Amino acid sequence: MLDGAQPSVLDVKDLKTVFKTRRGEVHAVNNVSFHLKAGELLGVVGESGSGKSVTMMSLIGLVPAPPAVVSGEGVFFEGQNLLTATDDELRAVRGARIGFVFQDPMTSLNPVFNVGFQLMEPLRKHMGMSKAKARVRAKELLELVGIPDAERRLKDYPHQFSGGMRQRVMIAIALACDPKVLIADEPTTALDVTIQAQILELMKDLRDKLGMAVVWITHDLGVIAGIADRVLVMYGGQVVEHAPVRELFANPKHPYTRALLETVPHVRGERAERLEVIEGQPPILRAHPTACPFRDRCDKAFDRCARENPSRYPVGPVHDVACFWDPETGGARDV
Amino acid sequence: MFDTAQRKKLVSVNGLKMYFPIHTGLLRRHTGDVKAVDDVSFDIYEGETLGLVGESGCGKSTCGRAVLRLYDPTAGTIEVDGTDISTTSQSALRKMRPVMQMVFQDPQASLNPRMSVADIIGEPLREHTKKSKAERLDRIYELMDAVGLNRDFANRYPHEFSGGQRQRIGIARALALNPKFIVCDEPIAALDVSIQAQVVNLLEDLQSELGLTYLFISHDLSMVRHIADRVAVMYLGKVVELAPREGLYDDPKHPYTIALLSAVPEPDPAAHDSANRVILQGDVPSPSNPPQGCNFCTRCPKVMDICKQEDPEFREIEPGRFVACHLYNQ
Repeated sequence: MLDGAQPSVLDVKDLKTVFKTRRGEVHAVNNVSFHLKAGELLGVVGESGSGKSVTMMSLIGLVPAPPAVVSGEGVFFEGQNLLTATDDELRAVRGARIGFVFQDPMTSLNPVFNVGFQLMEPLRKHMGMSKAKARVRAKELLELVGIPDAERRLKDYPHQFSGGMRQRVMIAIALACDPKVLIADEPTTALDVTIQAQILELMKDLRDKLGMAVVWITHDLGVIAGIADRVLVMYGGQVVEHAPVRELFANPKHPYTRALLETVPHVRGERAERLEVIEGQPPILRAHPTACPFRDRCDKAFDRCARENPSRYPVGPVHDVACFWDPETGGARDV
Repeated sequence: MFDTAQRKKLVSVNGLKMYFPIHTGLLRRHTGDVKAVDDVSFDIYEGETLGLVGESGCGKSTCGRAVLRLYDPTAGTIEVDGTDISTTSQSALRKMRPVMQMVFQDPQASLNPRMSVADIIGEPLREHTKKSKAERLDRIYELMDAVGLNRDFANRYPHEFSGGQRQRIGIARALALNPKFIVCDEPIAALDVSIQAQVVNLLEDLQSELGLTYLFISHDLSMVRHIADRVAVMYLGKVVELAPREGLYDDPKHPYTIALLSAVPEPDPAAHDSANRVILQGDVPSPSNPPQGCNFCTRCPKVMDICKQEDPEFREIEPGRFVACHLYNQ
């Protein structure tokens, strides 16, 4: 979209997801666009309900439709538009060329099958491997994600693994078919900090080794700072800011990003006497937004924010922000 | 900095043990114990916030609950406001309840969905005071104002509120009887980042207005650094380090504290490049079968021979700084 040097492996254009329920509509994702290049780690930050998970689920057809209606200009992956793909075509992509790691490894692993079976399943389904071949590959995968004594552990069931080890198994399954893109949805949220540090190291390692592109969804700004190359900040179902990670933390432009960075306390450095607060609650997305979703909580909001929903304006080479307020001048943006 | 010498001890915990028995086999024989809290001692001074941090399963919540006698401890004494409550009868304990209260982690699970907000906040008043209905309602409104809830919502039910507002209801309920001591068990863990700051600021405001004393249990080290005056770090049922906030964060002593602090990802990309991170290997052992010697010896980067044989004593190495580690025992 902004830098065209390298082709994108995944290109999402104007993705919209609406849940149509009996009690009204929920516009969970509104005109989300982003691209992903090979070997890149894209961080997606936002609070619960900001639409970060639904965006990723929508683009590979994992949201139940109905009630969901997914639309948009397209989700382009390896020359294919996933939005118009059939169920069979999507099935060939999911778990094979696009891998997934979910938040809670206990609920995403099947408790009644051993780990070896669950690792071999994608290998046999997608790659057509024989049982013996799949078993060899499964063992390699467990070794790859740093599980000791891999051969024996293939026979173990999910409950015999600790939380961190279970998440390693999930990552191994996601990597089974050599995906081009790995989508990780809050993969370390359920883990303790010392275990989280292990998983983050592992992911950085694997990305360098395997060269896949990764989308890392999280609400933790600290995790993003340590792992991402580029960051999308989401609020109220839309992307409010997009920038390379250093640029985002050094030079945040959107009032929400700025407030978010202010509000988190640090373990090192200066200790604030009082925490900065973002007053109010996140919006409930009942209708298609015709105004900025952050305006009620924004201390910079003016009339235009209530009349129009800002689109994403470029403010740097790979930096864009959806806001009418310009931190450079302290006044309205000239758009 | 918080000066402990000038203050009165409000809570004094000595040698607290909380074991949960494991019964196995057909005859349900007692075959072992989960040593959730294993010989923990600390004091909490009037008006301070003691942070209790640790990873899941380290026993910090069990410790918090045992301090309020929500469990019957296996051993040890707990003194709250001058009274030993570790073995008192339930009826005597009930008279103590107004002094000590609790705010729970999950505001969804700790509020009765069939009671209105006024009923929830008013319940402790109904149970422990002889206030008339009108007096109770006055107090309920007063409490709702104090925690920043709109009075008009008094007749609404918990599901009509957001997570942050529900936590405010829980806090109002805890405040109803003018307690001195509140155990906050992960009060912000279930909330979004932008809402966490609101609740933490509220807790701080209430503390300075009402002179409250908190035991703040959390796994969020950066938030504990913000709110606590002194911090206790737990690992596998034991307190491994207890120190004033500045000391603990600027100069951690115990290898586990060092590793724990270095594992917290800083929201600053530059800090990640320069940081010398200690990444611990392996997982926490099971509290039903802790290792011999120091509990941390299986993962400690500085492990010595003595660590695998002897359990280090929890001792004061500098005024106000307690560490349980053989490195500081020479």
